[in-house]
Amino acid sequence: MSKKLMEVKNLSLQFKTDEGLITAVDNVSFSIAPGEVLGLVGESGSGKSVTAKSLMKLNPGNAVYGDDSQIILNLDGQEPIDIMKLHGSKELKVARGGSISMIFQEPMASFAPAITIGAQMVEQLLIHTDYNKVKAKKYSIEMLDRVGISDADKRFDQFAFELSGGMRQRAMIAMALSTKPKLLIADEPTTALDVTIQLQVIDLMKDLVKEFGMGILFITHDLGVIAQTADNIAVMYLGKLIEKGSVRDVLRNPSHPYTQGLIDALPRLDNLDAPLKAIDGDIPSPLERPPGCVFHTRCPADLGDVCHTQIPQFSAVNANHETACHLLTKEAAS
Amino acid sequence: MSKKTPLIKTQGLSVHYPLRATKLFGAPPVVRAVDGIDIEIAAGSFFGLVGESGSGKTTLGRALLRAAPITTGTIEYDDGEVSYNIENVGKADLKDYRKRAQLIFQDPYAALSPRMTVRDIIAEPLEVMGITKTREETDARVREIAAKCRLSLEHLRRFPHAFSGGQRQRISIARALVSNPKFVVADESVAALDVSIQADVLNLLKDIQHEMGLAFLFISHDLSVVAHVCDHVAVMYLGRLVESAPTRQLFAAPRHPYTRALLSAIPSLDPDDRGKAQKLDGEIPSPTNPPPGCKFHTRCPYVKDKCRIDEPSLVVEKGHGVSCHFWKELMPKG
Repeated sequence: MSKKLMEVKNLSLQFKTDEGLITAVDNVSFSIAPGEVLGLVGESGSGKSVTAKSLMKLNPGNAVYGDDSQIILNLDGQEPIDIMKLHGSKELKVARGGSISMIFQEPMASFAPAITIGAQMVEQLLIHTDYNKVKAKKYSIEMLDRVGISDADKRFDQFAFELSGGMRQRAMIAMALSTKPKLLIADEPTTALDVTIQLQVIDLMKDLVKEFGMGILFITHDLGVIAQTADNIAVMYLGKLIEKGSVRDVLRNPSHPYTQGLIDALPRLDNLDAPLKAIDGDIPSPLERPPGCVFHTRCPADLGDVCHTQIPQFSAVNANHETACHLLTKEAAS
Repeated sequence: MSKKTPLIKTQGLSVHYPLRATKLFGAPPVVRAVDGIDIEIAAGSFFGLVGESGSGKTTLGRALLRAAPITTGTIEYDDGEVSYNIENVGKADLKDYRKRAQLIFQDPYAALSPRMTVRDIIAEPLEVMGITKTREETDARVREIAAKCRLSLEHLRRFPHAFSGGQRQRISIARALVSNPKFVVADESVAALDVSIQADVLNLLKDIQHEMGLAFLFISHDLSVVAHVCDHVAVMYLGRLVESAPTRQLFAAPRHPYTRALLSAIPSLDPDDRGKAQKLDGEIPSPTNPPPGCKFHTRCPYVKDKCRIDEPSLVVEKGHGVSCHFWKELMPKG
């Protein structure tokens, strides 16, 4: 089963602003297989949310995609679809809510405040499926029940503000999954939640992956959450992917200095005496993207000229682990 | 060292907010945000306060600063120079207390006026409180504190929009410290920062605490951060203290089932720890209608009949306080 569900190839994205073109995503490639959970990690400003929105072409009008950017969606028994080539809401229906669904970070902001949860769930079912209103309502209540919302038939007629944070996120998941998407994009789905509720939501998502067998792109800044949910991981910094591979390989043997720094900066509970190590400096402004390797301004292993002028390419650490860093190519050469 | 008078000592401290009456007769409902808290914060210590959202930790922090209305209970403040009873302190004394007790906010983007230069932001408390008499004096003081917070002279001339999150948080810290306080409440001060920067701000707070002999009340929802910086940790749930102990003792042998669940819910960095976390069902109940007996009994996996009727009080043994009827029986053997 080598067919990938989604293949993103050379995705580049710039925003037109008054100050010129700002690069948000730079030549990013990854793929997701059916049933795979891919964790996309990065700090704020690294371009992870913009990447996710590109998969549904949800970025605002001033977004300019690179010419050779491709987002291929492979559905069973269908010709591959390049989402980049779709235009207008009719054509994009398959990417927006049809075969791809999205869960957002702040569920309060993503439910319409003046329409009941139920009405919103039914609306999208009417658009994306051939259900009639009665069937859509019955199915929506089943879905709410499935994600562990008690009194689902009562909740169906409530507004988003009447639910607690954890409840809202469950309702959001129920809504995203009710159209039976093949790919679920979860953009920081647990960041606004308390740890105990986060654990509940993560467990729920794992169960649902098993049940529905869809692929998930899981976006978060929390490496712990990734370790507990993802199969594979891709680390992003300033619009570039810098390391990707299986979650065990990358977290146990991070080979990019940035990934190493991120892991060292996390306060660990198993060793309270370990000093907290920050990564020096701040993320540069996207207006002043460093030439060469984007991380060289903060990199503790800066090699000088190579890093300042040449963009590092991905090279394999092992069969399922790749890193884009000059340190690796240097080791291989010597 | 145990005989030293604490800097802050509260007894039976409660903050109740009345809600609008829903019935014509009978008392209006009350939100028991903070309910009968006894804590002692030693001078020069780093005191951590942990709990989920809605547990009352922010309200407690504000009550200690007299920024929330105190319903009942006492707060004694004694820094060796002056001592006040904060719950009924006079106007002149309160003004003096404001110099001695300061607050650092969570969101460094909302806390700084975009129209003031960094120098003016840091100098404002000095001018408002009349601490310095001349401009030269103010400037000297601002420079001194800015240097401590690693802000250069060049930074002082700029406006906040030119700074990143970590730098802004350092500006907020400088402003809080400029009046030379003895006690600082840091409310989720690193929650809005990325991990690589969070470590830097935490290290700065630690350094400043040692250098200036400050006492911090460090409010956080993140137990792993608290574990690394605090000397003493108190855990809150629904306005009550459930556990309070020196950090190492608390993390080595947590006594309350809630504390253990919180610790276990922190996502581990090891992908092989999946499914090992202890899951708590349900969510934190509403503080308008808290459950009778032990506040935690609705979610406690070990609940017994007694818990539903009797509210446990905080029992302190070897400096480690816990409010659970059955903690001794529930401790893991060995």
